[in-house]
Amino acid sequence: MNDRAKDELKPITNESGIEVKPLYTAVDVEKSGGLSMLGQPGEYPFTRGIHRLMYRKQPWTMRQYAGFGNPADTNQRFKYLIANGQTGLNVAFDLPTQIGLDSDDPLASGEIGRVGMSVDTLRDFEIAFDGIDLNKITVSLTINGAAAILIAMYLAMAEKRGYDVKQLRGTAQNDILKEFIGRGTWIFPVEPSIRLVGDTIEYCAEHAPKYSPVSVCGYHIRESGANPAQEMAYAFCIAKAYADDVIKRGLAVDEFAGRLSYNFNIFGNLFEQVAKFRAGRGLWAKIMKEQYGAEKPGSMWLRMIAAGGGGGLTFEQPEVNIVRGAYYALISALSGTQTMALCSYDEAYTIPTEYSARISLRTMQLLIEEMGLTETVDPLGGSFYVETLTNQMRQKMEEIMAEVDAQGGIVKLVSEGAIQSKVSAQAYRMQRDIESGKFRKVGVNCYRNEKEEEHPVEFHPYNEKDTRVQIAGLNKIRAERDQARVTQALARLSADATSGRNVMPALVEAVKAYASVGEMTNELVKIFGRYQEPIRF
Amino acid sequence: MSAEKSVSTIRRIKVLLAKPGLDGHDQGAKVVVRALMDAGMEVIYTGLRQTPEAIARMALDEDVDVIALSSLAGSHIPFCTKLKPLLEANHLQDKLWVIGGNLPAQDHDALRQLGFAGIFPTGSKFDAIVDYIREHVK
Repeated sequence: MNDRAKDELKPITNESGIEVKPLYTAVDVEKSGGLSMLGQPGEYPFTRGIHRLMYRKQPWTMRQYAGFGNPADTNQRFKYLIANGQTGLNVAFDLPTQIGLDSDDPLASGEIGRVGMSVDTLRDFEIAFDGIDLNKITVSLTINGAAAILIAMYLAMAEKRGYDVKQLRGTAQNDILKEFIGRGTWIFPVEPSIRLVGDTIEYCAEHAPKYSPVSVCGYHIRESGANPAQEMAYAFCIAKAYADDVIKRGLAVDEFAGRLSYNFNIFGNLFEQVAKFRAGRGLWAKIMKEQYGAEKPGSMWLRMIAAGGGGGLTFEQPEVNIVRGAYYALISALSGTQTMALCSYDEAYTIPTEYSARISLRTMQLLIEEMGLTETVDPLGGSFYVETLTNQMRQKMEEIMAEVDAQGGIVKLVSEGAIQSKVSAQAYRMQRDIESGKFRKVGVNCYRNEKEEEHPVEFHPYNEKDTRVQIAGLNKIRAERDQARVTQALARLSADATSGRNVMPALVEAVKAYASVGEMTNELVKIFGRYQEPIRF
Repeated sequence: MSAEKSVSTIRRIKVLLAKPGLDGHDQGAKVVVRALMDAGMEVIYTGLRQTPEAIARMALDEDVDVIALSSLAGSHIPFCTKLKPLLEANHLQDKLWVIGGNLPAQDHDALRQLGFAGIFPTGSKFDAIVDYIREHVK
């Protein structure tokens, strides 16, 4: 390209702040650091993928987020998704469950079963997973504040159904630090919240070694306003905080790091997203190896779900979200994820219908069956642009992580509300840029329909009856259970929380005695207190 | 429009922006806080998980002109149904009540009947919210 043509080009910077050139060559790759972090798939530093054959051996798991109403309603939706070829479950809980309230708590009124299924006791899990083979379908629990309780419940349910918990696979989200940044289903203050995450990791390392007790979420940090490089860098800082807590207890890194997993977001520039995941894999492997002394390859793997993010979808022209979702799924496949999920096209409005959930599922299946996305590992590897950007994204992430450390670490910054304030200011600037048309969004600030038509969105009905059914079920359990056993289990929970012992054995016992989510949460609140949100702008 | 009035004759508009119920989606509320502040308004942001009682009390104690809710998890109707009598009991019916968030069109009439005249579903622009408040604050 001659100089004159170059002068006429407007500079373009991606969301992570990296300048994008009109053309890349081998010189750019070299200047950005060369191919020293590339390696081979399945080998350190895993930039090209954590497994040697990736999807050639096994396609990604498809795991749509689902759950609403009573556990019986959710069980039906689970079976529908499985019948349509879904290979994993991702459970949505209602807000009372997520923040540790029983269904008859006055604060839960109007919220039962609304954004997910409601769970009070082990009985609800027995109903929700009835008829589902937990060895064939792995289950991911989207639960954070109350995660220790719900993990205990899942393990107890599986054990009761005769599964060997030592062989049981599955995932809990259980990333409380990101809940303080975005999503907001916290319960306890920061320090005891981290301790509870540590308790679940420590407990699972011994009792459920194939279960992934934590899925660290860059996803929601991105939704809250972080750029793609920050999304991943902050997630790594958070994962390190959990790892540090567990190592302080005397566990060796290789005893638990292989079960840490991640949840990342996909929307925005395709190449920036693909580079983000390739860069992140190399950086996480390097951190685990060099900073933590991990020796097992599994401890260095960036295992993840990469989900087509709600933040990219639009309220306007919702049908166009089907196409956005298809591109997000493509990015996810090009990125080498282990698990994929897509927000459905109507999700900016409502809980997806069976129809829209099925479209999301078909979108992912198309990539496997028709588009050749499973045939070759890391198909974009070797592109001058993608390799340069991968190097640049990794350097960006390292800079952001160093900045967090220099400012006192992620736990301090989240406790003070500093990260929240930073990403929220960015979200505001982005919204301004969308409103001014500087950041283009199809159907929102360009290519708008002249006349807004009726949107083909069917609203998920909210059934007031669900609340009565749920509370009646809870009351029945309370009347039938062995109350002395519950009282004793809750007393042990309280004692263990006070003494600093791992609370998981006490929680498993309490769950098996049919203690309720609210009862267990309240015992812990008495010891730990409640989180007070810092308000900072 | 307030722009036509002399600035010195109007006091700064004071807004209470509350997150009702258990909903944890606060990205939208927080960006609107910034937009209102940039528009010269004084904004008190409540943080998450406010009860109807807490919102009514804060609105009264802080003597705000505008009571704004941000709701994205679907419980806006039951919540506003509980909030309305509390605001009325505190003689706050002459204040401007507005609500934003994930608010399906089919619920707008019910929200208006509950006293929420300004309704700003997802996708509303900052200017629309700011202009509406400036025009309707008594």
